[in-house]
Amino acid sequence: MIDQIFGVWNYWIVFILMMIGLYIVISKKSLLKKIVGLAIFQTSVFLLYITFGKIAGGTAPILTDNVNEIYSNPLPHVLILTAIVVGVATTALGLALTIRINKAYGTINEDEISASDLVEYHKKYLEDKK
Amino acid sequence: MMPFIVKNLPILIVITPLMFSLIVAVLNNYRLAWTLSTFASFLTMIFTILLCFEVSYKSNISYYLGNWPPPLGIEYVIDRISIIPIMIVSVIGLIATLFAHNFFTLEIDEKLVSKTYSLWLLTIAGLIGLITTADAFNLFVFLEISSLSAVALVALGSKVDRKALVAGYNYLILGAVGATFYVIGVGLLYGVTGTLNMGDLAQKIPALGLNKSVIVAFTFMMLGIMVKAAVFPLHIWLPNAYAYAPSPVSVLLAATATKVSIYIIVRISYTIFGSSYEIYSFESLRYILLYLAILAMFAGTIMAIFEKDVKKLLAHSSVAQIGYIVLGISLATSPGIASSFIHLINHALIKAGLFMSIAAMGYYTSKRIDVKTIAGLGRQLPITFFSFIICALSLAGLPLTVGFISKLYLIKAAYISEGIWLPFLILVSSALSLIYIWKLIEGLWYNEKSLKIEKIKELPEIYLPLLVITFLNVYFGIDAGLIIDNSFIASDALMSGIK
Repeated sequence: MIDQIFGVWNYWIVFILMMIGLYIVISKKSLLKKIVGLAIFQTSVFLLYITFGKIAGGTAPILTDNVNEIYSNPLPHVLILTAIVVGVATTALGLALTIRINKAYGTINEDEISASDLVEYHKKYLEDKK
Repeated sequence: MMPFIVKNLPILIVITPLMFSLIVAVLNNYRLAWTLSTFASFLTMIFTILLCFEVSYKSNISYYLGNWPPPLGIEYVIDRISIIPIMIVSVIGLIATLFAHNFFTLEIDEKLVSKTYSLWLLTIAGLIGLITTADAFNLFVFLEISSLSAVALVALGSKVDRKALVAGYNYLILGAVGATFYVIGVGLLYGVTGTLNMGDLAQKIPALGLNKSVIVAFTFMMLGIMVKAAVFPLHIWLPNAYAYAPSPVSVLLAATATKVSIYIIVRISYTIFGSSYEIYSFESLRYILLYLAILAMFAGTIMAIFEKDVKKLLAHSSVAQIGYIVLGISLATSPGIASSFIHLINHALIKAGLFMSIAAMGYYTSKRIDVKTIAGLGRQLPITFFSFIICALSLAGLPLTVGFISKLYLIKAAYISEGIWLPFLILVSSALSLIYIWKLIEGLWYNEKSLKIEKIKELPEIYLPLLVITFLNVYFGIDAGLIIDNSFIASDALMSGIK
């Protein structure tokens, strides 16, 4: 039982972070909070990859005199370096869009944005009637 | 020089638009930016045509990036299957770039136009990279390159309508969640197999048997890509993104972006999991995708019938057409996949033509056009209307147009594997699609002139791209041998890899 929880500790953290992130993306109305949720969601995947690469007792993969040196798999780290860059780009683009939305609508709340669109639609409809 | 180019063709088609996008980004003159973008997409098309000849007698080109052999290095594979979507992207890319000039200067702030071309080329590079790469993680990188630049392009429509920003935002969030799902899947596969190369994965997966990690990985990968491909319940980002994007962006994305994602679905289910096809792909295709595709056919068509905004109507119809393409794949037979490849090509031609002609009609009104404001436009713009009607009839599937060919092969394939009920459903949804097409034609031609703009006239600058697309729609409707033969070669190649 204890082994099941602490033996795969990292995976539990990955699982919890992933669910927290996804829940924020789905449930929050604020566009800013959604981006934060997305960042948490992506971070959980980074941790998942790093955990695959780690070997118990392994060191950094540097060539030493000791041929039997146990080292961690460097490839997941490299992959995650790429994924972090992608994640930063996604967050940056999302924040930039949020700023533009705030300028255009005066709010970053999802409900208020759709309400404001609806008001605009009805105004236009009444104008067309005239 | 020439042998060097031929040897490096698989990477040249990706880095030509990529490098030009960097050059274009620093320019301030939008005319120069457009000229360079046209040159870059023309060059890409030349390289693609050279690659076609290469592939036709080699049948499989494998290119190692930096000469690092796989599975360590990244491998690019061009074969008879991937050449089809590459051809779509490069041809539509060139045509859309030719078309883009007038509309970008109209719909976007003048200062931003040259930057827009940079994003434009980046999208093309990302899409071609997605198709060529045979490395599961590299695919994710290209997925993000193409979708982030596409999001920025969609959001640039905000000068005309601020809803473009929200549409872009939703596309970004859903796209990022989809891409992250894909990465989770790839990570799990890497965890159990220790490789990222698609061919290598296909070899190592059968040895694992019915492994829980592999099941979860397969689910995550398919779900992630299905978001990008806008397969029915996951299509929610698509109508707004296509409708509020600047017109050239709608042309490019509607004709290429979802097609490439569908190609990746094919790659995942038939190449990566092709070796353990019976365990994973077959069931997901036959018991999930098949029914989702049927739902998409009807949901998209019915949404389009009740839609008033013309661009959104076309976007809803795209959802239905994606349904037809996915239906072909989900039949899991050689004629089925061939029919979906045929429709992949044909739908790109149809939707590019439709979005172009609708954009040309909206040029002088400079606002969103809906079913009422288009009244009588067809009589004022005869050449644009001619292109529109050819593409619209092609969408409905009338004989002598490409739409007919794809419907014919799809119905044939459906009849072979499912009997009479599936062709019947396809025919019903095609008949329903006539309703919204008729709604547009009626508005454009039969309604009296109600528009207050007198100066409305044709745009001769876009005759070339528009008429080329229209010609291709008719030409491949009469002589479809090229498309059909290549689609069947591709589907046979895919089916032969399955054990």
